[in-house]
Amino acid sequence: MEKKGTFRVKSGLAEMLKGGVIMDVTTAEQAKIAEAAGAVAVMALERVPADIRAHGGVARMADPAKVQEILVSVSIPVMAKARIGHFAEAQILESLGVDYIDESEVLTPADPDYHIDKWKFTVPFVCGARNLGEACRRLAEGAAMIRTKGEPGTGNVIEAVRHMRQMNEQIRTVLAAPDEELMTLAKAYGTPYQMLLAIREHGRLPVVNFAAGGIATPADAALMMQLGCDGIFVGSGIFKSGDPETRARAIVEATTHFNDAARVAAVSSGLGEAMSGMAIEEIPEHEMMQNRGT
Amino acid sequence: MIIGVLALQGAVREHVISLRALDVETRIVKRKSDLEGLSGLILPGGESTAMSLLAEDGFTERLKALADAGFPMFGTCAGMILLSEAVEGRPTGHIRAIDITVARNASGRQVDSFETLLDVEGIGSDVPAVFIRAPYIVTHGSGVRPMAVHNGSVVMARQDTILVASFHPELTDDRRIHEYFIEMVKETGT
Repeated sequence: MEKKGTFRVKSGLAEMLKGGVIMDVTTAEQAKIAEAAGAVAVMALERVPADIRAHGGVARMADPAKVQEILVSVSIPVMAKARIGHFAEAQILESLGVDYIDESEVLTPADPDYHIDKWKFTVPFVCGARNLGEACRRLAEGAAMIRTKGEPGTGNVIEAVRHMRQMNEQIRTVLAAPDEELMTLAKAYGTPYQMLLAIREHGRLPVVNFAAGGIATPADAALMMQLGCDGIFVGSGIFKSGDPETRARAIVEATTHFNDAARVAAVSSGLGEAMSGMAIEEIPEHEMMQNRGT
Repeated sequence: MIIGVLALQGAVREHVISLRALDVETRIVKRKSDLEGLSGLILPGGESTAMSLLAEDGFTERLKALADAGFPMFGTCAGMILLSEAVEGRPTGHIRAIDITVARNASGRQVDSFETLLDVEGIGSDVPAVFIRAPYIVTHGSGVRPMAVHNGSVVMARQDTILVASFHPELTDDRRIHEYFIEMVKETGT
């Protein structure tokens, strides 16, 4: 008997993406460039985060026709973003056959209080998190993969680093704590108690954790991998740069050979202009995407 | 005895955990030089396109030469694609170590991915198998022994010292398939 949509099948696909780079694309043509550069998956969306940030307005799920176009253009998995709490967008994306849904703070949230009940779906979900509490709440809602939120569309890696370090520190605390301290830790972090037990059983987060939000260079990718991320999402960093093909390939190489500085140096050379990027301090509090959907 | 796990990309950690659980020393393999002194190699699941692009110059040829010399290799999912003689829709196979033609993503998109129990010849019954956007073996040469079939497609096979599976034994706690490969490596005795 075949069982579809089990947690093992959902988290299993994320395991297969480890050590790889997932690239934001807005057209079939970009998806092909990403695949040829060695991306392990593409993320289909209407506008990359930098454009969403620049243009404002409500950012929604991509046009299904566009998602469809991307789905048939590549043989690697295709992910797509739905608004936080917008389970109808998620249902549409599932019916189109996307391989993973990103319930993403990059889009304008649709629900002020609640995330999607992801257990109801056969398609797996990835969600962003700034800390262990957010990660564990998303997992308890049925997410099968986690990524840092970072600060999308900035080309500035500092927030992804902050979130990864925060997550690592809290996981270390959970692993080292005596049994009687666990419940109080669960309360302090805002995590379901059972999730902390799962972390202790695995010795780590029980699912794959990728870096996302502000990664723009091969060195950024190598940094995040050395901090313990399982792989890399690149949003605006590739197709907002001067030479997307070369940069995409360079980030892929740096993600595989993150411990080999000479190799990362070689692929980083002469890449042309990176996306210009912005300082986090320049962003007004209410425009910070990472504060959405906690 | 050291068994390597190809670590260009994919589910490397799970294979390492499975091998260690069976008291086998492991090594992460990213470059040709990492192959020296190994008794066998596992090619994990992942994205075969990405892995083939990431292999350094001459890596594929080196693995082909090793396969021809009887070096044991086990490919799961994308690893099977890399080891196969031919891939549907592609001009050529990659390492071409086993005489099979595979169809990529034959089990469909992720919503069609599934887990099931298989009877595997020479290994046992009710072997848990996780299929994720899995490739199937569509044709195979006479020297290839099919070991498991699902819905009419061959999903596990062996030719001499090369073992391939469409699915992911490393995502389960059942170690029988890894034990089988370790026995293959011991029999080869390098």
